[in-house]
Amino acid sequence: MNAAKKQANAGIVRLPVWRARFVATALVGAFAILAGRSLYLQTARTDFLQEKGDARYSRVIEMPATRGRILDRNGDALAVSTPVKSIWALPGDVEFGTGQKRKLAALLAMDPKELDKKLADHSRDFVYLKRQVAPETGDAVAALGIKGIHQQREYRRYYPGGEVTAHVVGFTGVDDAGQEGVELAHQATLGGLPGSRRVIKDRLGRIVEDVESIRTGQEGADLTLSIDGKIQSLAFSTLKAAVEENRAKAGALVAIDVRTGEIVALVNYPSFNPNNRARLSGGQLRNRVITDLFEPGSTLKPFTIALALETGKVTPATMVHTAPGRMTIANYTIHDVHPAAALSLSQVIQKSSNVGAAKLALAMPSEAMWDLFQRVGFGTAPQLGFPGAAAGRLRPYKTWRPIEQATMAYGHGISVSLVQLARAYTVFARDGELVPLTLVKTSAEASGEKVLSSASAKAVRAMLELAVQNGGTGPRARIMGWRVAGKTGTAHKQENGGYAADKYLASFAGLAPVSAPRLVIAVMIDEPSAGQHYGGSVAAPIFAHVMQGALRLLGVPHDAPLEPIELPRAGDEAKEST
Amino acid sequence: MAKLNLLLLAVLVACAIGLVTSQHRARKLFSDLEREQARARALDVEYGQLQLEASTWALHARVETIAARKLGLRAPDPRRVRVVRPEAAR
Repeated sequence: MNAAKKQANAGIVRLPVWRARFVATALVGAFAILAGRSLYLQTARTDFLQEKGDARYSRVIEMPATRGRILDRNGDALAVSTPVKSIWALPGDVEFGTGQKRKLAALLAMDPKELDKKLADHSRDFVYLKRQVAPETGDAVAALGIKGIHQQREYRRYYPGGEVTAHVVGFTGVDDAGQEGVELAHQATLGGLPGSRRVIKDRLGRIVEDVESIRTGQEGADLTLSIDGKIQSLAFSTLKAAVEENRAKAGALVAIDVRTGEIVALVNYPSFNPNNRARLSGGQLRNRVITDLFEPGSTLKPFTIALALETGKVTPATMVHTAPGRMTIANYTIHDVHPAAALSLSQVIQKSSNVGAAKLALAMPSEAMWDLFQRVGFGTAPQLGFPGAAAGRLRPYKTWRPIEQATMAYGHGISVSLVQLARAYTVFARDGELVPLTLVKTSAEASGEKVLSSASAKAVRAMLELAVQNGGTGPRARIMGWRVAGKTGTAHKQENGGYAADKYLASFAGLAPVSAPRLVIAVMIDEPSAGQHYGGSVAAPIFAHVMQGALRLLGVPHDAPLEPIELPRAGDEAKEST
Repeated sequence: MAKLNLLLLAVLVACAIGLVTSQHRARKLFSDLEREQARARALDVEYGQLQLEASTWALHARVETIAARKLGLRAPDPRRVRVVRPEAAR
């Protein structure tokens, strides 16, 4: 019986109860841990899962800012950014199919050997094959489907105005940031701000929802300059022809709209092509109008005369004793080209008498002269917002010696930039008001700062008109149909601390029409060396040509009879020595 | 009670479907908007290129050469130009 019982029991093994409980507890415990973990993730650390979830469909996209365009006052483009492609390669990955290398080289206009050289350098993992190619070329390269060749979108700046507007507009570097001219001066507004935002994309890559803006971007703003493309172009071609004809080193011209203070033309020659800036020299790049200083010579005499009139002691008819046409102060002799016994104030301007100007200056306190020069803007950089604007040199009056005061009366011992000179002449055009200049289109009447009394300014304007009549130094500045006023300048260039005997700087500054002045134009020709070097024969014709064209383009009413200009016979013309 | 619950369930389902539909429509419209904005940007780029082209063709130096050489044009003599002022025209 016992044996049978044992036999029966042998089939059923009785397990201890704790084992079942253990397994059950372990399972429940595991589930509890999972539940706890998920509860923890869902409530306490929601952001982690949220982030992982978002990463499946939300993307941060960058929004690059397109650089603003630069336009002239008529809305013609002077600088435009347009997308281009840059082709780059991972040299280790590049595999060419048959004939592909030849096709690629042809598309990129590169020598196949040059291509090989660029790709042979396996030490670098990234190499630009060609930067800034046309988008069509980029598409054609992509169509070849070569492994290891990639491209990226970039912007390239084009300057349709080329060398004509090169110095005003300036240019940008390869990274699309301004490096010169207006491009640099207005970098902040032109460049804009790249933005970025988080979006939700669907399966097809379309943006379906805007989640948040991470950084608000801003497109580059367009900039309309005060430059008039037509006048600018006319000025450039005239200046270029004149510089070549006179075999001069360089030339510069600036034209200012008297009523608004806008610079309507600003040209330099030699110039450069901003679209292709290989092999550029500093001389080509320099904006002579704004950054170069020179001794203006006789073009400064009108200010001396104006100051003399302001004192009230003289009138335009007052005679100045100028015999015998030279004057010696402390071992230095001032000469006149046309010696005369006595000249009226008007004739001092007309004949450009150095002795007359010097005598008038010496009769005035140096402080008054310094004050006027300073108030017409000499010695301080013009507020143009243009990089590298020169301030010029105007030494404090306390250090002036008499000879210096005398030479300063006719523009020596003081240096100014061409734009300063042109701006100073707005005083005569606006009846004594100095106008602030701008390179950005305003089209609004500018309010000037009163520097001279209108009586003196008008008197000097009348004298300046006499200076361009036959018998004056600048008859070649006259134009048919409009009355012109202006002053010639012929300064010896400074060299090694002294004045070079045979190197001149011919200049002309003037305004038109005299009855209601609209434009001030200043011209400067550096080292004319084809025989002629007087401001009246070198610079005045440029002034006349540009002024005539500009007044016609601006539709300024005539104020003079339409009769051909009769120039004085050769040898009859007045010349000046400074 | 059960009827009310069923009614509420139906309302809930309707709301849920409504929400999904409106969300879908919003996204569709948004993607349309995005597409149009991209088109506007592309057109702006094209406008820039056309402006560039226009400026290049209309270069003053080029116009002058063509006018003078090909068409034989020249600026009229100022004596042959009549200036008409608005006051006089009235």
